[in-house]
Amino acid sequence: MELCGVRLPNPTVLCSGYLGVSAGSLAMCARAGAGAVASKSCSLAAKRGHELPAVIYWDNIVMNAVGLSNPGVEETVAELREYKRMSQVPLIASVFADSPENFAAVAVKISEAAPDIIELNLSCPHAAKGDIVFADSPEAAAEVVNRVKSEVKMPVFAKLSPNVRNIAAIAKACVDAGADGITAVNTLGPGMRIDIQARKPVLGNKFGGVSGPAIKPIALRCVYEIARAVDVPIIGMGGIRTGEDAVEFIMAGASAVGVGSALIWHGLGAFRTISDGIDRFMREHGYSKIEEMRLEE
Amino acid sequence: MSEIYRVFRIEKVIAETDRVKSFVFDGKLESRPGQFVMAWLPGVGERPMSIANDEPFTLTIANRGFVTNRMHALKEGDRLWVRGPYGNWFRLQGKKIVLVAGGTGLAPMRFLIKEAAKQGIETCVFMGARTKAALLARPPCPTIVATDDGSEGFKGFVTGALEAHVAREKPDCVYACGPERMMADVLHICERAGIPCQLSLERYMRCGFGVCGACAIDGFLVCRHGPVFTSEAVKRMADFGKFARDASGKRIPV
Repeated sequence: MELCGVRLPNPTVLCSGYLGVSAGSLAMCARAGAGAVASKSCSLAAKRGHELPAVIYWDNIVMNAVGLSNPGVEETVAELREYKRMSQVPLIASVFADSPENFAAVAVKISEAAPDIIELNLSCPHAAKGDIVFADSPEAAAEVVNRVKSEVKMPVFAKLSPNVRNIAAIAKACVDAGADGITAVNTLGPGMRIDIQARKPVLGNKFGGVSGPAIKPIALRCVYEIARAVDVPIIGMGGIRTGEDAVEFIMAGASAVGVGSALIWHGLGAFRTISDGIDRFMREHGYSKIEEMRLEE
Repeated sequence: MSEIYRVFRIEKVIAETDRVKSFVFDGKLESRPGQFVMAWLPGVGERPMSIANDEPFTLTIANRGFVTNRMHALKEGDRLWVRGPYGNWFRLQGKKIVLVAGGTGLAPMRFLIKEAAKQGIETCVFMGARTKAALLARPPCPTIVATDDGSEGFKGFVTGALEAHVAREKPDCVYACGPERMMADVLHICERAGIPCQLSLERYMRCGFGVCGACAIDGFLVCRHGPVFTSEAVKRMADFGKFARDASGKRIPV
């Protein structure tokens, strides 16, 4: 299948944030059967992240407050170049920044590693606008996309947050500003978990983004609304564990599907389980292309 | 709703050296030697710790930063929150083995010594520390001691005495835990002698269960594929003995 001219061996994509710190771990996911891999979001300067615990899970819920730790774009470029030497599986480089200008600067720098796609992690604070993240506002999100698109050649995907009233409007603003695709969704929330024995929040940062199968219905609705508003490829994600889960996202409008929390319960085998499950469903129901599997409406 | 942590109460605190304490808890943690837990002090932070004993569950903690400093203030009767065990474990093989421990690398070895004794395996321990004052209590089996300054046992690195011993005794397997450069020496000694070895590696860890990627070393995750690696696996790691990563993911010399 193809995503903006980038050929993926199958529609599963390693979600940014999972196992994307090093060339070696990205290549490990590629070998395990990922159709594309997204690196961990990087910024201009290094960030150490929040105090531990930073990633917890229970039942069908994952919560993380890693705090966008990354070694900075300079180091990340070296790491991604190394990945490109190790694997042919397409690479999505995720970036974030505190202003549209810095988004452009980090995107220009990361393009030195020649990723196949650049993904804008818009769920990070907009320094000039106080309490909002870029993904909260159609104008702020569009400004980032516009700046980045005028500076880089490769396809640019905007990764959106589900924590908005009208995600379709944000997606449309991004596409109107030149986004080549949409990744949806980032984590829900933030949420909180309290240890009642300790009388303390569990996460070092108190709050953390919620993901996992528990958020799948919300992620699916977001993908559906985005697909009705824009005509670009969508990487759908949010609690996908099986081929059937992935088919739901495809029917809602996704062209590819993210694999993240499934790695907790199913390990690296999750990529093959999900891509084989999609294949099997397509065979059994006589579909030959992803695009044939849209909702009947 | 499932619990994330199990709460243990401290039954006994043993001051091993001026910067290492062992905490003996009020129960058993079903686990194998070489596995680790994430130990959480609510409101302070969480750190990965090797299991020094399953029953009673015991952790040997070096005071080497903000979180472990606060853990060292814990007294008998206080609680510690634990998730895990995580990771793989040492595989006992043969009739005669050698264990090499540097500093608090002795912690998982104490658990391994107990299991080896249960199986009637002849065990010899090489333990090293910077000085006599930094040596942990000796295990209940034949033990060779080395200190960097010669204040106790051999002067020099513990691996200095290892090569001749391995050549003479031909153990079935060598197990090591400690500073990575020490383990690199152990690997080379074992390679030259043609003896298999299992090394317990340490990297900055975040999740502990194989998804965040912080502890990646080449194509391996220390928390999920390790922390114990065979010589065959370690030889495929370009970073072994050279580079680790800090909390940001930046490569730093070991």
